[in-house]
Amino acid sequence: MAKLIAPGLWRQVPSPFCGIGVDDLTVRVGDDGAVTVEERGDPVTRAGFEQPLGDKTPRIDGRPVSLEAAVGRAAELLRAASLPLVAGLAADVNGVRAALSLADRLGAVVDAADSEALLRNLLVLQDSGWMTCTLAEVKNRADLIVMVGGGLERGFPRFFERHVWVDGMFVRADERRVIHLGQAPSAAGRPSPGKAPEVLACDDAHLPQVLAVLRALVKGEAVAAEAVGGIPVARLAELAESLKAARYGVLVWAAASWNWPHAELAVQTLCELIKEVNRTTRCSGLPLGGKNGSQTAVQVCGWQSGYPLRIRFSRGIPEYDPYLNATERLLGEGEVDALVWLAAFDGGQTPPPAEIPTIVVGRCGMTFSRPPAVFIPVGCPGIDHPGHAYRTDNVVALRLYQLRSVGLPSGAEVIRAIERRL
Amino acid sequence: MLIKLKGGTVYDPAHGIDGQVRDLYVQDGRIVEPPPGARVDREYDLSGKIVMAGAIDMHTHIGGGKVNIARVMLPEDHRADPQYHTELLRSGCGHAAPSTWTTGYRYAEMGFTTAFEPAVLPINARQAHMEMGDIPILDKGGYAMLGSDDFLLRMLRDGADQKAVNDYVAWTLHATQCIGIKVVNPGGISAFKFNQRALDLDERHEYYGVTPRQVLKTLATAVHELGVPHPLHVHGCNLGVPGNVETTLKTISGIEGLPIHLTHIQFHSYGTEGDFKFSSGAARIAEAVNANPNVTVDVGQILFGQTVTASGDTMKQHANASHAHPKKWVCMDIECDAGCGVVPFKYRDQNFVNALQWAIGLEIFLLVDDPWRVFLTTDHPNGAPFTSYPHLIRLLMDRTFRNEQLSRLHPEAQKMTTLASIEREYSLYEIAIMTRAGAARLVGLQDRGHLGPGAAADITVYTPDDDVERMFAKPAYVFKDGELVVKDGEIVHVTWGTTHTVKPDYDSAIEKPLADYFDRYLTMKLDNFIIRDEEIAEDGRGSITVHPCGGRG
Repeated sequence: MAKLIAPGLWRQVPSPFCGIGVDDLTVRVGDDGAVTVEERGDPVTRAGFEQPLGDKTPRIDGRPVSLEAAVGRAAELLRAASLPLVAGLAADVNGVRAALSLADRLGAVVDAADSEALLRNLLVLQDSGWMTCTLAEVKNRADLIVMVGGGLERGFPRFFERHVWVDGMFVRADERRVIHLGQAPSAAGRPSPGKAPEVLACDDAHLPQVLAVLRALVKGEAVAAEAVGGIPVARLAELAESLKAARYGVLVWAAASWNWPHAELAVQTLCELIKEVNRTTRCSGLPLGGKNGSQTAVQVCGWQSGYPLRIRFSRGIPEYDPYLNATERLLGEGEVDALVWLAAFDGGQTPPPAEIPTIVVGRCGMTFSRPPAVFIPVGCPGIDHPGHAYRTDNVVALRLYQLRSVGLPSGAEVIRAIERRL
Repeated sequence: MLIKLKGGTVYDPAHGIDGQVRDLYVQDGRIVEPPPGARVDREYDLSGKIVMAGAIDMHTHIGGGKVNIARVMLPEDHRADPQYHTELLRSGCGHAAPSTWTTGYRYAEMGFTTAFEPAVLPINARQAHMEMGDIPILDKGGYAMLGSDDFLLRMLRDGADQKAVNDYVAWTLHATQCIGIKVVNPGGISAFKFNQRALDLDERHEYYGVTPRQVLKTLATAVHELGVPHPLHVHGCNLGVPGNVETTLKTISGIEGLPIHLTHIQFHSYGTEGDFKFSSGAARIAEAVNANPNVTVDVGQILFGQTVTASGDTMKQHANASHAHPKKWVCMDIECDAGCGVVPFKYRDQNFVNALQWAIGLEIFLLVDDPWRVFLTTDHPNGAPFTSYPHLIRLLMDRTFRNEQLSRLHPEAQKMTTLASIEREYSLYEIAIMTRAGAARLVGLQDRGHLGPGAAADITVYTPDDDVERMFAKPAYVFKDGELVVKDGEIVHVTWGTTHTVKPDYDSAIEKPLADYFDRYLTMKLDNFIIRDEEIAEDGRGSITVHPCGGRG
């Protein structure tokens, strides 16, 4: 557990922000409640922990009110709605539990802020499945790591330090080969000191073709083209051979940055390629994501309803539709008439613009271009209250600890209070 | 409040009561002696009804990462079996991979009041407990998986002494809040990470040089010496492989008298005879079980239809992935701890292998003499969803029904089983042993599974019916800790059960090498790995019950 080693100074603090669940941070909490990551911080964890505390007062239409009044107003708006949308779902396990209870009671639709990115992987799981591994397997076992798509080292700044440029049980750091399929890494992804990264350069937009050809080559199919996405097929053939020759290859991707239509098909190609390699040797995928605890919603929705996200409770049963139940579509087509937005980890994660009554249960300090009907500032899990959040690899749930007491309720407490007032 | 359950016909094997008319008294959640002169606040007339303790499922995959992968993976399976939201109940889904709410409701509706998740990966224990924390009504608990974790394999390679292993095992039970230890394909989940595709009992793990036999012996000894009531829970080598009956028999003889529980033994009882090179090893297995009182088994019965297999045995799940129905599957290598494989599967009665698997399971049930040593499971959901238990009980209790079912199966499978000639029919008393008294004793629950004074008032009341399937599917009443939760097969009140654990003594010196190992190789601090009591209890709903261990070290 996080250890208080001096007044206001915590060691072994886990981060729900970075997706890879670092839990070795030293964090200082000032007398004014300000949080500073003192040791082993990176741009992502600092941006998560160090958000200014902000004003703790709940508001109705921008006017300060008591918590009780805000909760009452939220309940009143929801009672009047015929089909509310409970979205965002960026919270710890208890926050998501509370949101699902509310949605089930209201007959609402549920969606998560990061659904588009999450679905690029989930649709593959639901259509053909995959072979994946967790971070400690990468760290101890991977002798070949293929970073598929650019920007991974910027999005996950400590991924290399913690899992790649470190000796594992079965492979030394200097034995690992790292190949970037896509873009050359920025400084953060380079070994220090070490060998220059190998790069098979292409635009991310060309990854579907590149991966399709790589899959064909792994299967031993003849490929007529000489180059794909600017990469000579001969070099992809070498990569295919390297995957087959590796003891344990890992292909890493971050679906959040694959912003083209039906990117799930590229994820599927990648996952089928990995299965193919496993006919003769071992190989796994590692989907990177899970920032601000975003896997948490998928997990809790999964065990409580059977479905990962985009669930409609309006007929009294959970009904999953990854397209029809999308926040953007529901708002755009005017199908919902009230919005509950839950975002406890990031004050910057404001609700989508909507012309319907909006109730925001958001991390204290969140600001709005137009005040929502109700704003209830809440504490951040892992700073203001204990909780649980998932890492990118899904298996590992982090226990989060309370580091300060500034009198903020948790998202779960607020949502439960709203439900009680319905 | 004093409740009187009047005049029911009681089956309470822990006290040798076989169908006697008795009154039971319940106060503050416990069964009590009739208090002289006390006023009865509520009386239930149970004349003509059958009364048993609440049933206990000692092996059912109800929570944890692989179960949740199965849920998220199978939207098409959920759609056919939705659970409606009511004033009392949360909505959800049922069938092969039910949601947590529905899991609790449907178990309780069948008269089950306790269930154990048998494959808790230590690194995933937090999730298993969070999921089980959202299962209403039932008591629950987990068996922590060891045997393919690199820490133990390193100990074995380095010749660590048994005492150190015992400390590690005990520490794991504490850190994961579990009640037992399970081993799955001993060493094999790790071996698969090194690209070994098979690992027989005496085959060496190619990196560590350790054999499954060593892993089994060491863990069974540890569990025994620590005095953990539940013997080592063993998912053996070579699951599903024709000819694995030999491995299973060697596993029984090789354990040299130490207590072991062989789980879903149906999947480990296959021979290689006949035109299809697939045959029943049930008779030989039953004979070995009958001859070795240190051995208990649960069956892992298969029943026909769509389900999903979810297992820690990545090696075998990967090998069987080509049989996936529908065509999708997941294998995961997990955190130097273990792995998981999730493969949807449809058992078909006109498929020779599936039909014979069905018969093999029933043969084992019927040929093992001692109902205290064989347990009713389908290895939910691997052999069939737990909701098929009433049907399975009818197959055991009703020979005519059983043979009629058998006559519909693949004809070649019918020729390969002795089932039609087996006359045994289970009695209600024997069913009560295998689903109540025996299961409680096996797991180490002293105050569950029986109806004596002091027991928790988990009580199921059935209305007799010639069709026992109907009888077991819809109890007249179910009480959980003395509260009426089910009436006429429907939930009337939702309560929250406890989490059963053991916390054997150990030398905390083991934490030093463990902390170093975590720092060097894992991705989490040791101290952040440990699950503390408040994580389970802090929501005000969950609680932890610690059962005693009698150390034998």
